[in-house]
Amino acid sequence: MIRSSKSWRAVAVAAAAGLVLAACGTTEDAGDEGGSGGGGEAACDLKLAFFGPETGPAAGLGKPIIQGAELAVSQYNEDAECEVELVNFDSQGSPDEAPALATEVAGDESIIGVVGPAFSGESAAAGPIFAEAGVPTVSPSATNPALSENGWDTFHRALGNDATQGPAAAAYIKDTLQAESTFVIDDASEYGAGLAGIVEEDLGGDAVAGTDTIQVGDTDFSATVTKAVDSGADAVFFGGYYAEATILIGQLRDGGFDGTFVVADGVKDPAYLDAGDAAEGTIITCPCIPDTDPAVADFAAAYEEEFGEAAGTYAAEAYDAATIFLDGIGEGIGDREAMLEFVNGYDEAGITKQLSFDESGEPSEVKVYAYKVEGGEIVSDGEIG
Amino acid sequence: MNFEFFFNNLPSLTVSGLAFGAIYALIALGYTMVYGVLQLINFAHSEVFMYGTFAMLWTVMALGGADADGVELVAILLASLVAAMALSAIVALVLERVAYRPLIKRNAPRLIALISAIGASFVLAELMGLRDRVAGWLGLEDDLSDYVGKARINNSIAGVVEAPRWDIGGVSVSSIDILVILSAVAMMVVVDQFVRRSKLGKGIRATAQDPETASMMGVNPTRTIQMTFLIGGLMAGVAAFLYMLKIETTKFDVGFLLGVKAFTAAVLGGIGNLRGALLGGLVLGVAEIWGSALLGTEWRHVVAFVLLVVILLFRPTGLLGESLGKARA
Repeated sequence: MIRSSKSWRAVAVAAAAGLVLAACGTTEDAGDEGGSGGGGEAACDLKLAFFGPETGPAAGLGKPIIQGAELAVSQYNEDAECEVELVNFDSQGSPDEAPALATEVAGDESIIGVVGPAFSGESAAAGPIFAEAGVPTVSPSATNPALSENGWDTFHRALGNDATQGPAAAAYIKDTLQAESTFVIDDASEYGAGLAGIVEEDLGGDAVAGTDTIQVGDTDFSATVTKAVDSGADAVFFGGYYAEATILIGQLRDGGFDGTFVVADGVKDPAYLDAGDAAEGTIITCPCIPDTDPAVADFAAAYEEEFGEAAGTYAAEAYDAATIFLDGIGEGIGDREAMLEFVNGYDEAGITKQLSFDESGEPSEVKVYAYKVEGGEIVSDGEIG
Repeated sequence: MNFEFFFNNLPSLTVSGLAFGAIYALIALGYTMVYGVLQLINFAHSEVFMYGTFAMLWTVMALGGADADGVELVAILLASLVAAMALSAIVALVLERVAYRPLIKRNAPRLIALISAIGASFVLAELMGLRDRVAGWLGLEDDLSDYVGKARINNSIAGVVEAPRWDIGGVSVSSIDILVILSAVAMMVVVDQFVRRSKLGKGIRATAQDPETASMMGVNPTRTIQMTFLIGGLMAGVAAFLYMLKIETTKFDVGFLLGVKAFTAAVLGGIGNLRGALLGGLVLGVAEIWGSALLGTEWRHVVAFVLLVVILLFRPTGLLGESLGKARA
């Protein structure tokens, strides 16, 4: 029998040390097994993550992305030996939520690729964590140009950034609309302010009638409207998301603005049509392929069959992003390092474009399309450029 | 600073500012009256307003406002006004019964009631934001999908009311703005006169001055407090109706920012003071728009709160600084 507390302590320390050693041993064993599991056959028990808004104010933009990725995964699982699971990490589109969620993703070793993050703000917040943990990401929708300039080896995107979308929007305003002066509004977000800045610069001094910045979440834009109408501009460009765009166009029309309203991909959501007649004639630029494009006909049909609705914005891009990872898993890749290498060297025809990435993670092929609100629907208006 | 634009458009900017300020003022009334009687800041009042906006929205949707015009549309809008006032008043009364009365009965400190208010505010807002799930539990999500489907995003009645713009002395103003300002001021005058002249109003003022003496003189304190919440709720309903006419869009968390602004307006005018709420609301609305025009719209909220700090530095009790109890008959 042991009586002195010193002896007790010694036993406790010994026991703890034993546990720690045992734990180390187990980890190493597991590591070895994982390592030898690679090779020719498809790896098992692997997960892909969707990172973006599943709920929250921008949930409407998240839904088609989730469903596009889901479609790719379920098609893969149909004739795969080992099923891949798609896990949703709901950021609500908020940069504040992103770091904690990204850490959670990084901590789950079975997740070997991330479809997302969906928005630019959350991409900026989560990017360093993914880069540190070596989790390869392919965003189907984040378009802020600066995202690829951080030196994150893990960052990729399956669409053109705002450095191509902005000039395309400016070109559309100048060449197709032949607008003489444009009033530029942004929502002070990573995405909106960046894009509006590019459009403003590309239109050049005299063609910009004025600028103003609104706040996300505001609902009264009367000062902005008065400025835009007073400037005599015949087009208004707004860099921001549909929640504010819907209210803004209503107030612009009520305020007597009768020019063309030009917006970008953040507004390409059915909820924008809530603005009713005021939304008619709105031009929406988007690096997203129209679902009427022959290239995505099969995908669009499969999507409609699966979810009972037409493929929304970035559904096809999300499908492509998920497909890259699934191809890797199919080739037997079972860890993040090999997956990252695989994605960096990927060069296959996706449904939206030829999928390959340059050093910084930008796609080598970029297309920007114009859409128009006509008869209460968002319809394709062809490729810009 | 864009002075040329500012001075060229001063009249129309001011009208827009007054219209939004009038909405602030109507919401501020609820804060100020409850404070006057209970010395309690009812932070859940913003949700009373939010429920009003949804009552307006749903009534217009249910009665087919999108396809109506002329007299029919006016009738639908009046019905939606009544619905907004009714739902806001009910929410305010339930709030008083559930979140405050038990605390007041037990003589709980004011701080506890304040926390209860913040809690109630979250519960009410999230209940609206999760209404699709609530409908799901009841098995009604398909029948009610038009009403509960967009639980966490904007709900809109855009296009229902096509308001003409009027040219008044060379200044182009929105007819809705004029309607909002006139009705808000009219409602404020009605409430002010009610509190000053009616028997119930006298009871409210007496309770605000000295609850104990008032109850000895035969004023029923519970009824008086209920009355205060009721009036605040009705006015929040009017504010919700006017807000929906002007902005046409609402969301489960729309009350937050407007609530903070209306509370600011109440403090600006002198909390506990009815006329102060009107003045505070209008001053705040106009200052915001002027600030937006001069500095850029991103400065709007900065201007509002700097104004509050500056005014409180020089007049710590607000612009009119008089409490509800001291108002003269």
